[in-house]
Amino acid sequence: MIIKVVDFIGLYVLELCRSVGSFFLFLIKAVTTLFTTRLKVSKLFDQFERIGVSSLSVVILTGVSTGMALALQTYIGFQRVGGEQFIGSIVALGMIRELGPILTGLMVSGRAGSAITAEIGTMRITEQIDALKTLRLNTYQYLVVPRIVAGTLILPFLVLFTMIFGIIGGYIVCVYVLGLSSEDYINSIKDNVVLDDIKGGLIKSGFFGFLLTWVGTYKGYRTSGGARGVGKSTTSSVVTASILILTANYFLTKMLENI
Amino acid sequence: MIELVNLKKQFYDKLVTKGVNLKIEDGTMICIIGRSGEGKSVLLKQIIGLIEPTSGQVLIDGKDTTNISERERDKLFEHFGYVFQFAALLDSLNVFENVGIKLLENGYSIKKVLPIVKEKLSMVQLKEDVLYKFPSELSGGMRKRVGLARTLITNPKVILYDEPTTGLDPITSRVIQELMSDMQKRLNLTSVIITHDINMFQYADKIALLHNGKIQSTCDAKTVWDSKDPYLYQFIRGLPNGPIQTEIPHAKDKF
Repeated sequence: MIIKVVDFIGLYVLELCRSVGSFFLFLIKAVTTLFTTRLKVSKLFDQFERIGVSSLSVVILTGVSTGMALALQTYIGFQRVGGEQFIGSIVALGMIRELGPILTGLMVSGRAGSAITAEIGTMRITEQIDALKTLRLNTYQYLVVPRIVAGTLILPFLVLFTMIFGIIGGYIVCVYVLGLSSEDYINSIKDNVVLDDIKGGLIKSGFFGFLLTWVGTYKGYRTSGGARGVGKSTTSSVVTASILILTANYFLTKMLENI
Repeated sequence: MIELVNLKKQFYDKLVTKGVNLKIEDGTMICIIGRSGEGKSVLLKQIIGLIEPTSGQVLIDGKDTTNISERERDKLFEHFGYVFQFAALLDSLNVFENVGIKLLENGYSIKKVLPIVKEKLSMVQLKEDVLYKFPSELSGGMRKRVGLARTLITNPKVILYDEPTTGLDPITSRVIQELMSDMQKRLNLTSVIITHDINMFQYADKIALLHNGKIQSTCDAKTVWDSKDPYLYQFIRGLPNGPIQTEIPHAKDKF
């Protein structure tokens, strides 16, 4: 019995080491390819469109609804102590420093990260990746690098939209629903939000974009087991990217605080 | 010349190829036959480097390809083509982009690539009207021909075919077989064909039977039907009784 348990733990640890090793080796190969081969600009723009432009509506909706809910919740708490004039800054700082980057990261991971995994995974199981290899084409240059670079560069722009629409959502609730002064809301933001807040949020979002495309391409590239395998990889891609984004968020916040 | 020396491939605890030894002379067409699940496709993928062998050697003109860098491998296999069982066309690209992908990705302009693609398509008897169609709009036979045209773009000296006629009707199968034979003669190719199709034998030079992870028998294709080798005899005639054991019970034993 004890031997079986030890055996199980040993196998689990070995499998974990193998997976983590393979995950990082994949990244090393992608980074090496980025710096040793020509970046496919047309594919990069294609990915900007797929990851960025196509996610815009989801991101705007996320921003508006989060901003509105945040304003409402903040109002409920702040009116008890007479601090309604600070709602603007709370909404803006919340959206810029935390909620904008993290919610956009999670939403894009669900929308574009899963699509990346499903697409590359399908190419894997239908031997399309093998076909590229037999033509002696660099599959990392063709499939992986444009997606990771595009994800890293486009996410800050998407987050900018989340931030702006979150603040607009908060404004709508404060001014038109709660009847607060428009000047109070805007002045509160002007007084309390500095450029470093925005910079921090954008740096974080770039990192989240990198994480979700890294996970998405890796899970797709390593897909096996037919249609079921594609489904498993896609689910695993969204779960892994979400966990990594949530975990990285704390450490990035701590790191950026010290810079 | 392609030479496989004691080639073994293990997946987890299952040994698929158990020491394959085979010599394939330049300019010849060889059919590798064997039961489903014997590891024929695995063998073919080991030859071209899509699957790393667990042990053994794949010698191309005497050079071992199993322990070389990726760059060396790219150079060595530059003129190798691979035709996949289901063509493996990139479904997001049209026929022109699929056939010309190698040149387009290497920076050639569309203007330069277009006439080359048209030439390769005509070699596989496809008309220009398929140029801008997507793989989903093509029949199985057309897809296989586009796959072959894509391979021809590399000006191959060796083409590896993975079940090129599987799933096709007899007429289309015949067209594909004649096309392969025609290519073989016109371009002086070396062709390695994984097949279950016994009609392919009439175009081939040599037959090799993969059984139990090893090359069990080899035979001249012209005399294969006269061969007294018990394995070949049973396999090409599809006999249930013989040295090749089947797990499937005979119909009369079932009921």
